[in-house]
Amino acid sequence: MDMPLPDPAVLSRRTRILDRLAQVLPADALIIDPTETRAYECDALTAYRCLPLAVTLPRTTAEVAAILRLCHDEGVKVIPRGAGTSLAGGSLPTADAVVLGVARMNAVLETDYANRFIRVQSGRTNLSVTGAVEAEGFFYAPDPSSQLACAIAGNIGMNSGGAHCLKYGVTTNNLLGVTLVTMQGEVLELGGPYSDAPGLDLLGVVCGSEGQLGVVTEATLRILPKPEGARPVLMGFASNEVAGACVSDIIKGGLLPVAIEFMDRPCIEATEAFAHAGYPDCEALLIVEVEGSPAEIDDQLARIKTIAARHAPVAYRESTSEDESRRIWLGRKSAFGAMGQMGDYICLDGTIPVSELAFVLRRIAELTADYGLRVANVFHAGDGNMHPLIIFNANAPGDLEKAEALGADILRLCVQVGGCLTGEHGVGVEKRDLMTVQFTPDDLEAQLRVKDVFDPKWLLNPAKVFPLHVTASRRAG
Amino acid sequence: MITPDSEAALAEVVAQATTPFALLGGGTRAIGRPVVATPLSTRALTGIALYEPGALTLVVRAGTRLADITATLAAEGQRLPFEVPDLRALLSRDGDSTIGGVVAANASGPRRVQAGACRDSLIGLRFVDGTGTVIRNGGRVMKNVTGYDLVKLLAGSHGTLGVLTELAFKLLPIPETATTLALTGLDDATAIAALSAALTSPFEVSGAAHLPGQATYLRLEGFAPSVAYRAGCLQSLLSRFGAVDTDPHDPWPAIRDVAPFHGQAGDVWRLSVKPGDAPALVARAGVRAALYDWGGGLVWLLTDEGRDLRAALGPFTGHATLMRASAATRARIAPFHPEPAPLAALTHGLRARFDPRALFNPGLMS
Repeated sequence: MDMPLPDPAVLSRRTRILDRLAQVLPADALIIDPTETRAYECDALTAYRCLPLAVTLPRTTAEVAAILRLCHDEGVKVIPRGAGTSLAGGSLPTADAVVLGVARMNAVLETDYANRFIRVQSGRTNLSVTGAVEAEGFFYAPDPSSQLACAIAGNIGMNSGGAHCLKYGVTTNNLLGVTLVTMQGEVLELGGPYSDAPGLDLLGVVCGSEGQLGVVTEATLRILPKPEGARPVLMGFASNEVAGACVSDIIKGGLLPVAIEFMDRPCIEATEAFAHAGYPDCEALLIVEVEGSPAEIDDQLARIKTIAARHAPVAYRESTSEDESRRIWLGRKSAFGAMGQMGDYICLDGTIPVSELAFVLRRIAELTADYGLRVANVFHAGDGNMHPLIIFNANAPGDLEKAEALGADILRLCVQVGGCLTGEHGVGVEKRDLMTVQFTPDDLEAQLRVKDVFDPKWLLNPAKVFPLHVTASRRAG
Repeated sequence: MITPDSEAALAEVVAQATTPFALLGGGTRAIGRPVVATPLSTRALTGIALYEPGALTLVVRAGTRLADITATLAAEGQRLPFEVPDLRALLSRDGDSTIGGVVAANASGPRRVQAGACRDSLIGLRFVDGTGTVIRNGGRVMKNVTGYDLVKLLAGSHGTLGVLTELAFKLLPIPETATTLALTGLDDATAIAALSAALTSPFEVSGAAHLPGQATYLRLEGFAPSVAYRAGCLQSLLSRFGAVDTDPHDPWPAIRDVAPFHGQAGDVWRLSVKPGDAPALVARAGVRAALYDWGGGLVWLLTDEGRDLRAALGPFTGHATLMRASAATRARIAPFHPEPAPLAALTHGLRARFDPRALFNPGLMS
């Protein structure tokens, strides 16, 4: 994975740029000491690191605007950063760039239960948004698995999903408005606590633009009343094909479970060894969760049982208590930890049409064998968002490259069957060079035009999302 | 009228064009500034490209009639989630609504409070831009964050960025049952408070509307035992607002299509606001009639002809769209809510890049 060489003109003006930043920011909002900026040299894609020119940690929209205006004026690139949990390298710095982290902007600005929204500063963590409203019986629906740590700013940048989007949608479906600061330092209000845009849906294109169109400092989010309850059922199947067919039949049956999670044998074995959740010994396992009152849950689970019976499950375990629910989810929630015990891993997140599930899993197994690596699959089956985990040894020379090559092959496969490279993690630097697999040059050009409008000098997070050769002339200015 | 019968032919027409087009699907949602240009229709781009009931996915060409799509999905017990309004009677239009027109208008009905807008169900599209280039964005899977989301940008752009040729949707099963609860005799503010109480409950309301002088309605959909249970819960929850009765009639098509305004003279406006603000805004507006949907977040207003509602309202949180008025009024009063200058500049920049020769519906959203 290549990153552009730092701009020597910017590096040579380092002192001047830092002096100017120091003039517009409080002392503790500017970090230039390399021992401290090291914390910002990477995000959760730790294989790639680079010390930035400086790190800024503003507390207000006005400070964000000042930083951006100054960097725009100086021709300095800016890398927006939420909590730094991106698995795609969305906030990986370059040596000539200033990191703009919004982590200190984490206040709740307004809660309005009657009108069902909350307005927060964008550095607030995902889970603490729910935390702010749950006493009143509400929650914020998108729930990426990093929700304890990840920031709303990053959720908006990546249009994050989670385990429950089959029912509740992803970030873009729950985002009502933002305060956006452009690279030129202009503060814009897009949307608000009402429906639809008056003109073009600019909010819709900002969400998921990976910090390339502006820096979001505040967000108005839809909050929902919490369901009365939720309960899962766990079922084991003799093959991936059968489990996949069962998923399809549940969906066709008119049920809308809040989550349908899928684990394959390697994943079941790894999590069992790690978390001892008491999972059945089988080829594929589904966890299906439904919501409602106790009686509604019973009714839905009875319908699911009838459907599942047609696929001869080798195990069927319906939760009847909080404790059983917890144990059913235990293995699934420990899956990533279990993989961490087996070695280093790369987590992919391509999406496929649900109908291609069995074929794709078979093909992944073949590819994995060809590479001599191990892959475990755990994913959101209801919406086809896969999470193949490629296990490798970071200390073995060449192993990372091999794992990355397998990952690229698996993502090509996802596109080939009608899916996409990334369902919820974003492109970042990780999948940047595969964009030409999914998109024609014309498709990409149409996206670049949007950035041309918002950030004509291509200073915001410029080396992400699109292959470098595609953006070279624009980045050169 | 030019009616290309393939995406390639359409792209060629656009590439060769020297004068602007008025883009047309079924022509049933004619709103915005009057456009004088050669009609360019997508109605010959028809057919379902892919329908996978087991994946809740539909890919369909833009000129396909909405009625055909609805019938095809119903045969599998599924539907488009966003309950498309039929505005023909309101806008005095004939013809058949096409799915491309639905998307261009981001047309969404009462179920929006639960299932989201058209743009929320739209997962992919193809369009021809103003240079005659075919562009694809999104795809046919529900979770997809690969690249920028031009799907949202094109939805609701009223044919001012490109000509839609193919759309992909996620679908929902048609529920086993639906029940409507009705309260009567509530003034607007009390009615909106009652709708809010229902929408902030866990009982999954899929319609929340208030027809002043008629009734205040809530809809519940799902499996029969669940609907019965939730209806009971809402009846006790809302008892402080008065008697909550089950309504044997289905008022939702009339609410969706703004039927109370059919055949009534006057201009029609559509307000998008914070639900709790709606009653006071309606009182301030001084109107002939009002209809509240989306729990109060959407208000349809019937006003005297030629009146600038925005001037009457003054500043408020949200926006107002003039949906029906004479061509003279629509030339004088901007049908779409004017944007602040910095947003208007971004919008102008995007149009200039997607349609550099200003071929598509020039001025329609200005």
